[in-house]
Amino acid sequence: MMNEEKVIIFQLKDEEYAVPVQHVKSIERMQPITRIPRTVSFVKGVINLRGVVTPIIDLRSRFEIEEVSHTDTTRIIIVSVGSIEAGLIVDAANDVIDLDKESIEPPPEVVGGVDAEYIHGVAKIEKRLLILLDLVKVLNPEKLDVQPTKESIL
Amino acid sequence: MEMTQYLDIFIEESKEHLQSINQQVLLLEKRPGELTIVNEIFRSAHTLKGMSATMGYEDLANLTHCMENVLDAIRNNKIEVSSSVLDVLFASLDHLEAMVVEISEGGSGKRDVTKTVRDLEALEKGEAPKMIQAESKKEAESLHVYDQYEKQIIIQSKEQGFNAYELSISLRDDCILKAARVYMVFEVIEQIGEIIKTMPAVDMLETEQFGTHFTLSILTKESAENVKERILKVSEVDVVEVVDIQADKLNISSNTESDKDDKLEPQEVKLEDKKSEPQQTSISGSSGKTIRVNIERLDQLMNLFEELVIDRGRLEEISKSLKSMELNETVERMSRVSGDLQNIILTMRMVPVEQVFNRFPRMIRGLAKDLGKKVNLEIVGAETELDRTVIDEIGDPLVHLLRNSIDHGIENPGERSSRGKNETGTIYLRAFHSGNHVFIEIQDDGAGINKQKVLSKAIENGVITKEMSENLTDKQCFELLFASGFSTADVVSDISGRGVGLDVVKNKIESLGGSIAVDSTEGSGTIFSIQLPLTLSIMSVMLVEISREKYAIPLSSIIETAIIKKEDILSAHNQKVIDFRGKVVPLVNMKDIFEVPGSTEASQHVPVVVVRKGDKMAALVVDSFIGQQEIVLKSLGQYLTSVFAISGATILGDGQVALILDCNALIK
Repeated sequence: MMNEEKVIIFQLKDEEYAVPVQHVKSIERMQPITRIPRTVSFVKGVINLRGVVTPIIDLRSRFEIEEVSHTDTTRIIIVSVGSIEAGLIVDAANDVIDLDKESIEPPPEVVGGVDAEYIHGVAKIEKRLLILLDLVKVLNPEKLDVQPTKESIL
Repeated sequence: MEMTQYLDIFIEESKEHLQSINQQVLLLEKRPGELTIVNEIFRSAHTLKGMSATMGYEDLANLTHCMENVLDAIRNNKIEVSSSVLDVLFASLDHLEAMVVEISEGGSGKRDVTKTVRDLEALEKGEAPKMIQAESKKEAESLHVYDQYEKQIIIQSKEQGFNAYELSISLRDDCILKAARVYMVFEVIEQIGEIIKTMPAVDMLETEQFGTHFTLSILTKESAENVKERILKVSEVDVVEVVDIQADKLNISSNTESDKDDKLEPQEVKLEDKKSEPQQTSISGSSGKTIRVNIERLDQLMNLFEELVIDRGRLEEISKSLKSMELNETVERMSRVSGDLQNIILTMRMVPVEQVFNRFPRMIRGLAKDLGKKVNLEIVGAETELDRTVIDEIGDPLVHLLRNSIDHGIENPGERSSRGKNETGTIYLRAFHSGNHVFIEIQDDGAGINKQKVLSKAIENGVITKEMSENLTDKQCFELLFASGFSTADVVSDISGRGVGLDVVKNKIESLGGSIAVDSTEGSGTIFSIQLPLTLSIMSVMLVEISREKYAIPLSSIIETAIIKKEDILSAHNQKVIDFRGKVVPLVNMKDIFEVPGSTEASQHVPVVVVRKGDKMAALVVDSFIGQQEIVLKSLGQYLTSVFAISGATILGDGQVALILDCNALIK
């Protein structure tokens, strides 16, 4: 039993991804997002999450998968890593399962177009292939190299 | 005993007591004869001693104890309040403060205070009038040696109106049952008081291991005569001598006592602490009851309340669309109640500036003494309230400004009298509310700012060029004081003028959302005025719409809003400008800057918000004004740390997030 980890499974394009349940604070329906000007394209903006202003990242855009318009199944997964809290837009959040740690394998070079850099490993369960995300790397603020500000406007 | 859980309380309360002692000693300096002040100091010192002993900070306890002795001597008119006495008291306070600070930083509170302790003891003994010694010589030579513990009890009891006597009892030489006589004497004393010490020890007395003579230390409410009479009634008692124990004479032997006795002390002192507590509460009772609340909890409360406000907004919308009278009334009532609630929550975070101002009189006294100047500090409006977060930050800048005033502003007494001024300079420290701001002013009646000196210094330090200096107004000239790397004192002193001066102050105040200005008349003084927002978490903004996005512009940076005609927009060097009240102000199209999606409508009238940063201005082009609103400032979180021209966000009534514009980033 010690070797099992609870993960939340969500969908992005045709792939299934997993994040450890202890990093997930909640799963929200799509809601209006306030755009933040002049920031990287994958930061969609901020939402009001029960009084806390929370930044929202579009995972498709983050992994350079073509963006689609949001549907009924689109969800925002609110994750927290260390002091950072953010919402991830995913196509659908389907499942919570117990994952046997032994079934996790190191990531192959490229999986579903996502750089191996962000992947912690892959796990095969029956016929499903789950991609385990490395949230620390996904949420690394250093990747937020905001466009160089057009030197002083005045 | 596990004490760490009390440490915070201990530190907080120690600071409060030290503060109050400080204030009272200052008062005492002004009114040396007033015993109520001495009593006040004594009480605080006493509580402090008790607390520190309980917590095991012995140096702290010892020093306060010596202070207490001196205070007691003052109280009993044995010592006169002179400036040397005050100096020693202040020195002890400095030590105490340093120790408390060290403890709060996780230290052990140990400090070498022997010199001060010696000073205190010298004061206490040396200056004690000789008449007491003349009155009864033998009193000085105490028969018993008392340890800390016993001494505490004696002092304590004396405070509570008990008399402490040393009884020297001799039995008749032919007495056979010595132990029985001793027992009888004990019984007599126990009816009227308490025995605290015997010589030899009780067990030796009981087994008759003494000659015919023994001594007892007792506490009683009876008079010496009475005690003597009662004991003489016991048969075979030959002579009884009663000597009054002088509590303040007791400390001499204390330090040589064994460690074993010292260990008893904390527990005893704890009891004493409890005893003195009722006094404390009775004093503070008159100034309203308070409790300590962690500021985080207040923040949580505020957060929850904000959610309530958002829900209220939704309810209001629903009730409007439903048009139900009953629902309408209920929602209206709720709005009123929650409005009151908001006021209360906000005022809960407010504390009087007194907290900061309190430490200044002491500081001024010290500085004036060091610099050989005579300065009087007048504090006005100490009850003015400010948000706790602002209070915490404002102390250092004020210290800086006060030091500045006393060092550069106030002249030497000689100089002052030669100019026909009162030898004693006055510094006014004022605080008052005005609108949504709190103003703090520091005014001195010193030499004022020498404009020429400022200019030459500024040129010398490369802050401005000579050509520029010729066209400066007085105001601009004084502004130079806030430029970095500036010091006008001829001699760089310890007090101020290390070159890191006023620019740091200015930055700090601006980071708090405030501003600082200076005005001066040469020869008659300088005034620094600081303007601060009432609170950091709530601010007034102007909500504007750009395309379909809403942005909040802080009112503090807005000069005015206007609607300009398209033909009034001019072009200069590819930069669109407008003529705003005779000034050329650059036009900033927010839609372009923020890359707002949506097409630009060609309208004949353009709404602009004129904002400023310092003396520079810009006119921000928006699509429409929504209105003025009070909003709660929220951070964007840890993930988004460097967003261009956005200082934070807020949640509007409809639950949407609106971004707050940082005008300082827009104007360079």
